[in-house]
Amino acid sequence: MTDLFNSFMTGPDEKGRFGDFGGRFVSETLMPLILELEDQYERAKTDDSFWAEMDFLWKHYVGRPSPLYHAERLSEHLGGARIYMKRDELNHTGAHKINNVLGQIILARRMGKTRIIAETGAGQHGVATATVCAKFGLKCVVYMGAHDVERQAPNVFRMKLLGAEVVPVTSGRGTLKDAMNDALRDWVTNVRDTFYCIGTVAGPHPYPAMVRDFQAIIGKEAKEQMMQAEGRLPDTIIAAIGGGSNAMGLFFPFLDDTDVNIIGVEAGGKGVNDKMEHCASLTGGRPGVLHGNRTYLLQDEDGQILEGFSISAGLDYPGIGPEHAWLHEIGRAQYVAITDKEALGAFQLCCELEGIIPALEPSHALAHVMKIAPELPSDHIICMNMCGRGDKDIFTVARALGVDMTGPEGRAVD
Amino acid sequence: MTRIDRTFEALRLEGRDAFVAYIMAGDPNQDRALEVMQGLPDAGVDIIELGLPFTDPMADGPTIQLAGQRALDGGMTLEKTLNMARAFRAGDDSTPIVLMGYYNPIYSRGVDRFLAEARAAGVDGLIIVDLPPEEDDELCIPAQKAGLNFIRLATPTTDDKRLSKVLQNTSGFVYYVSMTGITGAAEVQADTVAPEVARISASTDLPVIVGFGVKTPEAAAAVASVADGVVVGSAIVERIGRGDAVPEVLNFVKSLAEAAHQGEQVHD
Ligand SMILES: Cc1ncc(COP(=O)(O)O)c(C=O)c1O
Repeated sequence: MTDLFNSFMTGPDEKGRFGDFGGRFVSETLMPLILELEDQYERAKTDDSFWAEMDFLWKHYVGRPSPLYHAERLSEHLGGARIYMKRDELNHTGAHKINNVLGQIILARRMGKTRIIAETGAGQHGVATATVCAKFGLKCVVYMGAHDVERQAPNVFRMKLLGAEVVPVTSGRGTLKDAMNDALRDWVTNVRDTFYCIGTVAGPHPYPAMVRDFQAIIGKEAKEQMMQAEGRLPDTIIAAIGGGSNAMGLFFPFLDDTDVNIIGVEAGGKGVNDKMEHCASLTGGRPGVLHGNRTYLLQDEDGQILEGFSISAGLDYPGIGPEHAWLHEIGRAQYVAITDKEALGAFQLCCELEGIIPALEPSHALAHVMKIAPELPSDHIICMNMCGRGDKDIFTVARALGVDMTGPEGRAVD
Repeated sequence: MTRIDRTFEALRLEGRDAFVAYIMAGDPNQDRALEVMQGLPDAGVDIIELGLPFTDPMADGPTIQLAGQRALDGGMTLEKTLNMARAFRAGDDSTPIVLMGYYNPIYSRGVDRFLAEARAAGVDGLIIVDLPPEEDDELCIPAQKAGLNFIRLATPTTDDKRLSKVLQNTSGFVYYVSMTGITGAAEVQADTVAPEVARISASTDLPVIVGFGVKTPEAAAAVASVADGVVVGSAIVERIGRGDAVPEVLNFVKSLAEAAHQGEQVHD
């Protein structure tokens, strides 16, 4: 039995805090809504029929459990640790995002909400939300930074095919954080019928805890599958971090297994320096308050929020989930940064050695695996979260590699 | 008694409603913003809400977002906003200044340091949009201790159960947000606001001031007639943003103030 007083899994407290992080920093208009959501979520969480519906759809609609795969050639090539991949890129819609969306939409239906709004960066959370809304016949509006609409065009088209309205956000600098601002502005305006489906472990309480709980299926499965494959837990688990949901999903069930090393990989962009051309909130930011919670943020001296920079649209967020901020401060998890260049190298190697085209986000996690695996003994087991597939990224990667993918009429060809 | 309390006391004696004007510090630039601010009392403004620019104003519509962006692009900071308040205070010792904005720039500076500096600069109250009663320990309680009013927003989603919580640590006045939405959105409807103001007034002795969606002198008069005062923000900021000369902006403010002052106080 885990001793509750020494457990890392009891957060958040009744104020929605993980240590000093998290909380409910929202306007009064939204306050009754998030209290209502918290109340409904607490009820659903202990209701067997809620989880029965989730389990059924996870299995038959999403395709869970996702495999745990021993990447033999990659392990051999790196010549050190045994590397496993948790294959959440095989989920319906191509990433881990749908694990969480399913939970929130089932909750929204229970609450009688008919209109779903979401923010998206890479478009994966938007696609997952549009997908589940199509399945249940719900109206779906997705806010997406105008810049991301451009660089993730295939996902924009997917969302439209699925019947969602995609709103390009031009306020602020037109990026993921601005999309989140506009989603909050929509919610504050349409308080009665609208459910805000947040795509990561950020936002006001109860979102960070709720999204984590829905994503924790990743870690729960990985734990069981690892016991079956190796008869023991991994030595190190690694995941990429945008807002931190795939990482929290893998990490959470392992938090009290203190022999397991936990590593979160932030987007280092062009390098974590004072030019701020990165998205590494923990490595290069400091605590502040944004989007309803206190966490580490990229900000200037005056407390103005800075834009992140990363080749990966899904990691391009100036904050990080509050539970990660807490795990960082208490030292239970370690956070590192990987540059665009390193991530691209990992992307290519994974294609060549494993026949898996990874998304740019997990390519960051993989790049860190490539850094540490060669130095580790052959009985050291690493489990990394392959949280998304790279179909959405091929144009970005082609451009970065100097490959021209435009057709004779100057348009991009697939 | 704070400057805000004294202002309402004087208005009560005169039987007048309050007219509150919002401008963004540093918009369109630091000099023009101060010039507008200095002209507000003569245009009939009883209380000045001075917007503290922030990159991510989640409760604001495009007009005030853009004003904040212009200010930040021109180098505005929290420190310079306090300098602006100080410069205004040097020439006007009676008109209350309420800083309105978001928590992060204040948190970043350090709450105690900020409160001491704000008080020294002649700031009288704070409206911090992303600090609900649930987060009172952060700034509300320290601000009250430092002698600054902490003015809370009540909204259409604030039901009776929450109202007492919202009013508990509020001081100066209560700001009733006329609609669910962001600043600069639809036109306010005085008849839907009236019962809400009455509901809040029944639970507090503080004046109830209504804002959001008030764009014209007519609307200001209608709203003032059902509340203790009215706030206009986006309509003024829009004129500043499109480049109206300072006297033109102040003339518009004057027309709003005159209309608002026709109303009678609900609390008497
Ligand atoms: C494949 C993939 N991985 C990771 C992320 C980052 O989000 P999070 O850190 O919440 O997992 C995204 C976001 O769009 C994504 O699409």
